[in-house]
Amino acid sequence: MTEMFWLIPLAPAASTLILVVFGRKLPKKYVSLLACGAVLVSFAIAVISFLGLLKTASANLPLIKSLFTWIRAGSLKADFSLQFDSLSAIMVLVVTGVGFLIHVYSIGYMSEDKGYARYFAYLNLFTFAMLLLVLASNMILMFVGWEGVGLCSYLLIGFWFEKDSAANAGKKAFILNRIGDAGFILGILFIFLAVGSSEFSAIGSAIGHGTLTQGMATLIAILLFVGAAGKSAQLPLYVWLPDAMEGPTPVSALIHAATMVTAGVYMVVRMNLLYTLSATGGQIVAIVGALTAVFAATMALTQNDIKRVLAYSTISQLGYMFIGCGVGAYAAGVFHLTTHAFFKSLLFLSAGSVIHALSGEQDMRRMGGLKKYLPRTYPPFLVGAIAIAGVPFLSGFFSKDAILTQAFAQRQYFIWALGLAGAVMTAFYMFRLIFLTFHGNERLESGAKHHLHESPKVMTVPLAILAFLSIVAGYVGLPAVFGEKANIFGRFLEPVIKPVSEGHIGLGTEWTLILISVAVAFLGIFLAYVLYLRFPGIPGKLVAWFPGLYGLLYKKYYVDEIYKATIVNPLVQGSEWIYSHFDLKVVDGTINGSASATGFFGKVLSRLQTGLIKDYALIFLLGIVIFIGVLLF
Amino acid sequence: MIPPSYFFILSLVLFVLGIIAFFVKRDLITQFMAVEIMLNAANLAFLALAKLSNFLDAQVVVFFVITVAAAEAAIGLAIVLLIFRQKKSIKTEDMRTMKG
Repeated sequence: MTEMFWLIPLAPAASTLILVVFGRKLPKKYVSLLACGAVLVSFAIAVISFLGLLKTASANLPLIKSLFTWIRAGSLKADFSLQFDSLSAIMVLVVTGVGFLIHVYSIGYMSEDKGYARYFAYLNLFTFAMLLLVLASNMILMFVGWEGVGLCSYLLIGFWFEKDSAANAGKKAFILNRIGDAGFILGILFIFLAVGSSEFSAIGSAIGHGTLTQGMATLIAILLFVGAAGKSAQLPLYVWLPDAMEGPTPVSALIHAATMVTAGVYMVVRMNLLYTLSATGGQIVAIVGALTAVFAATMALTQNDIKRVLAYSTISQLGYMFIGCGVGAYAAGVFHLTTHAFFKSLLFLSAGSVIHALSGEQDMRRMGGLKKYLPRTYPPFLVGAIAIAGVPFLSGFFSKDAILTQAFAQRQYFIWALGLAGAVMTAFYMFRLIFLTFHGNERLESGAKHHLHESPKVMTVPLAILAFLSIVAGYVGLPAVFGEKANIFGRFLEPVIKPVSEGHIGLGTEWTLILISVAVAFLGIFLAYVLYLRFPGIPGKLVAWFPGLYGLLYKKYYVDEIYKATIVNPLVQGSEWIYSHFDLKVVDGTINGSASATGFFGKVLSRLQTGLIKDYALIFLLGIVIFIGVLLF
Repeated sequence: MIPPSYFFILSLVLFVLGIIAFFVKRDLITQFMAVEIMLNAANLAFLALAKLSNFLDAQVVVFFVITVAAAEAAIGLAIVLLIFRQKKSIKTEDMRTMKG
């Protein structure tokens, strides 16, 4: 049964085609049935394949299904072939499972929108591209999925393209991803140069046989990571993700929290042999991840837009995943990816439910006290916040702790400390969000309060399922203190991920680390409680005491402004200068000049054509005379 | 017996007269006649050569030339007629539509 895994991407692809062609004419009921049904079919096949995979002997892994040869040009060869192993299985389950819930949620969230069919067509296309990305068995096909999800991201961020800010945000995301993709393509080309093939199995065996030199491995690792930094919103290419919140909220949940932005993490894990071989490459991944985790968390502290807080939080959590990859804890990285997919999509969808209830209000300064109005949104939201904050016994605690423990075990104390600092801030800003939104005084605008209503069942049921998953998902990856065999998740991934020589730490140290993590989480929550619930006057005073620091954070370190001043504006002005000086004068001048020169010579030569027969006859006669003269003498 | 050089000289004189007439005259009909004179000058030269060298092929060529000249005169006169109907003139200066 596992052999039919290659059918997984088929259903969303077919649904996309139908929706693109007939979507306008179909009633909304059938559109939603078709779109959700397609993803559900994929999910069902994924589950069957996954169960089959559990029984498959590891010697037969990975399963590869080569559908046809796609490119063959000299030594460059790429098949359209799909691969299924434990890593792909986890990703496919997350993409189709969470994707299905978000599709269902969208039925309620988008019910009033006039682009209903278009929305579901994009969403299905995205699911197809993402499945292609995680199932591809070579870099080239993976790149097709990689670009496909980027395209869908662009389309969905700019879904409400009548709004200028949405259209611009779409463009920004697309362009920043292009920068990353340039590095990714170079990385693929260097792999071809060094290995001669882009199949993952060939790359793995080349590394195994030592044919890949250390320097080449580092070069490829860095180039590929540039691509990952673009797609997964890491420093310095993260600026597109906060703006991506212009899209519909379910899109933010699916693409910009749960799946697409984790593509970079998936790719690094897929290339784990490469990053293990190149110590420098791994180190760079870990440092960039750690810096991003802290940097983004500080920016989340002062934001007032409920979705932007979550966006910066996503960037920060992606940083944690890269810390995991960088210190060799690939399984922990994927584990955090999975739990994060649950609790972050939960948070986004709950935030969407709040926004929906308040008729589009996103500013937390005009919320507060919503707990009693939204009884079915508040509990899932709280569960998500507790999970991400790292409170024990929920999924986020186990996955984040697995990463930080591994960082400590690898003696990366600096990165470990950065991770802890990020964890305090994570707990703080999440509970700041909870307190500002659901507790305290009501600061609603009268119009919004009049329409205040709890969301329909089609939206709250997915929330409940995701909340359940956010609670229990952690128990498949328990830390080593509960026994060597407790980490089911890690052992499942072992065929794909070569275990790293673990810097062994005693059980006592590990318990200490866990206690520190717990303390850190509660410290953050306590601070938020004191500042925003107990003494709500303090934040205002803090702003008054440290206006410089607050301004710096509130304006997001002026990174957007710096990029604009140093890169965007010089580019625009340079282009304008070239347009007026080179395009208009040199290029257009050459074309116009050659045209008028031809016209001029034509005019001169046309004088020969007098139209008088006698002139022609005279020339004819002269010609004959010269001809005879030449013949005779 | 008339020496053959006389024939050639006559042929040359006729030919040059034809050229001069073609360039001096302005109406199409006279120019046509000039062309006919040049053709006949060439015919005369052919015949003289045939007589001189006992070569009969040249005489055959003369017949061809006469036939072609007759056909050409017929077509040419028809064209001249049509031009006259359109322009009310057969002066070559009046036909300058091909001027560049």
